[in-house]
Amino acid sequence: MYAYENKRTFKVKGNNIMHKFKLSNRVVAYLFLLPNIIGFLIFTLTPVIVSFGLSFTDWNGFNKSNFVGLSNYIALFQDETFHISLKNTLYYMGLSVPLTLTLALFVAMGLNKKIKGIKAFRTAFFLPYLSATVAVGVVWQLIFHPTMGPLNAFLMTIGMQNPPRWLSSSQWAMTSVIIVSIWKAIGYYMIIFLAGLQGVDESLIEAAGIDGANKWKKFVHITLPMLSPTIFFATIIAIINSFKVFDQIYILTQGGPGRSTNVLAYTIYNEAFVKYKFGYASAMAYVLFTMIMIITFIQFRGQKKWVNY
Amino acid sequence: MGQLLGGGHGMKTQSGNEININKKIKFNISKILLYVTLIVFSITMILPFIWMISASLKPEIDVFTMPIKWIPDQFKWSNYKEVWTRVPFLTYYTNTVIVAVAVTAAQVITCSLAAYAFSKIIFKERDLLFMGYLGTLMVPFTVIMIPQFIVIQKLGLIDNIGALILLGAFSPFGVFLFRQFFMSIPEELSEAARIDGCNDFEIYAKIIMPNAKPAIGSLVIFTFIYAWNDFLGPLIYISSDANRTLQLGIRTFQTLYTQDYALLMAAAVCAMLPTIIVYLLAQDLFVKGVAMTGMKG
Repeated sequence: MYAYENKRTFKVKGNNIMHKFKLSNRVVAYLFLLPNIIGFLIFTLTPVIVSFGLSFTDWNGFNKSNFVGLSNYIALFQDETFHISLKNTLYYMGLSVPLTLTLALFVAMGLNKKIKGIKAFRTAFFLPYLSATVAVGVVWQLIFHPTMGPLNAFLMTIGMQNPPRWLSSSQWAMTSVIIVSIWKAIGYYMIIFLAGLQGVDESLIEAAGIDGANKWKKFVHITLPMLSPTIFFATIIAIINSFKVFDQIYILTQGGPGRSTNVLAYTIYNEAFVKYKFGYASAMAYVLFTMIMIITFIQFRGQKKWVNY
Repeated sequence: MGQLLGGGHGMKTQSGNEININKKIKFNISKILLYVTLIVFSITMILPFIWMISASLKPEIDVFTMPIKWIPDQFKWSNYKEVWTRVPFLTYYTNTVIVAVAVTAAQVITCSLAAYAFSKIIFKERDLLFMGYLGTLMVPFTVIMIPQFIVIQKLGLIDNIGALILLGAFSPFGVFLFRQFFMSIPEELSEAARIDGCNDFEIYAKIIMPNAKPAIGSLVIFTFIYAWNDFLGPLIYISSDANRTLQLGIRTFQTLYTQDYALLMAAAVCAMLPTIIVYLLAQDLFVKGVAMTGMKG
């Protein structure tokens, strides 16, 4: 007890005492950290290291593993499935991230006003985010049903002769998955943007209005720059999430038709837990991880150019 | 600003009033436009849900009739009864409740304790350690899932919901959320308690946690919903029917009864009802939680 009272005053005391109480501070800190840090070490940090090691082996979960050097990585670059899933992942990211963020920002701007029924609107946009992909996935499968589904029935009544076959066409399957993803994610980013908009200074916008700026100018020159830290944060999260997409694919398409919706996370899962090629899957996962790190790093480097703090 | 407005008051002439009226009309039109856009957009968002609920109450042959009958002629409630009897839905529900509650409780404790160290105790490597924690938010699950699987196998927890609880009990996200909140609790409160003779554990339990109810609330909702909806975890670890969670059970149901569309919809409704109820009960907390973690990058 005595030690705690002294802890905050150690700076004015001698070196010896300072050392002693710093230690006690640290011990207390680690006692607090202990439960979480054990889990962190066992289930996150060690696995990150172990899977790096695994990526240089041919381990299949049963036999003894052999060190195979870089051959997993070399095999990767000749693996057509890997190429396709890499391309699909980038396509998914390139389309879903900007569309989701733009729509979410648009909705947030609309809801950042004093209007009636704001809670009802917010709930409507948020519901898809709450609901399990497994459950809504089967709903969308029926909605997208090429012959009987309500979507195509609607498209045919408004005069479309040959509506797309959605999930069962290799041309449209990825688009369908992206539609579901956007629908699911809008609500989450909407709330992040709403929070960011709280910090935008209304008086600045009013002042610009008095100076004769129209709505678009106010948006581009005041709202967007003031919102840039939030947009930056949302972009990073959205990109990381787009690299992890799994549930949607597993439920809606299983990577098909053909390999048209095969994304990295799905391919890695298959290599690991269907084919038991743990070493090979680890190499794939590490390529994915490296890509996420590089993209996040580039974003942090680039933020100085457009993010205002 | 005040001066500017004051100036406006002084110039209340005839033409000034006209401008005001014009402005008002313009304002009303843009407000109506906003409402229409929002209503159309939000209806599009919930249309799949409405269709799902409607289909879940129809006889099988009516599910795809065109034009869509949004309100069934006769509510076929027996669809729901059938879902619960065809597969052990109650078992799935119980397992999911156990996992979700245990994971949530564990996270609140482990994350808040760690966050206390990261925000209220000064030690040299604190910020470095915290950055390390945050960095792991970047690690995709696919990187760690194989070694995690090995650990769980060694612990003998394959096909055991204990595996899901153990893996869900720690999260850097929860630590981040609590830390952000703890930083906003004034240091004076802790100091006062310290002078009264409280040690750090007492300060944590008696001062910080009672003041952190919004953070606790939003983490509870976040974690509960995440644990409830988790699919990949159970997919990897659970194999026998008795240990299935709801999402996995729904998936089984889907693969068993691919053509029973009305039943599939009823099952989907059952699977998402709890999270929707939790959200409606505590939506303000939830929104605050997203805001709290999302505001600063």
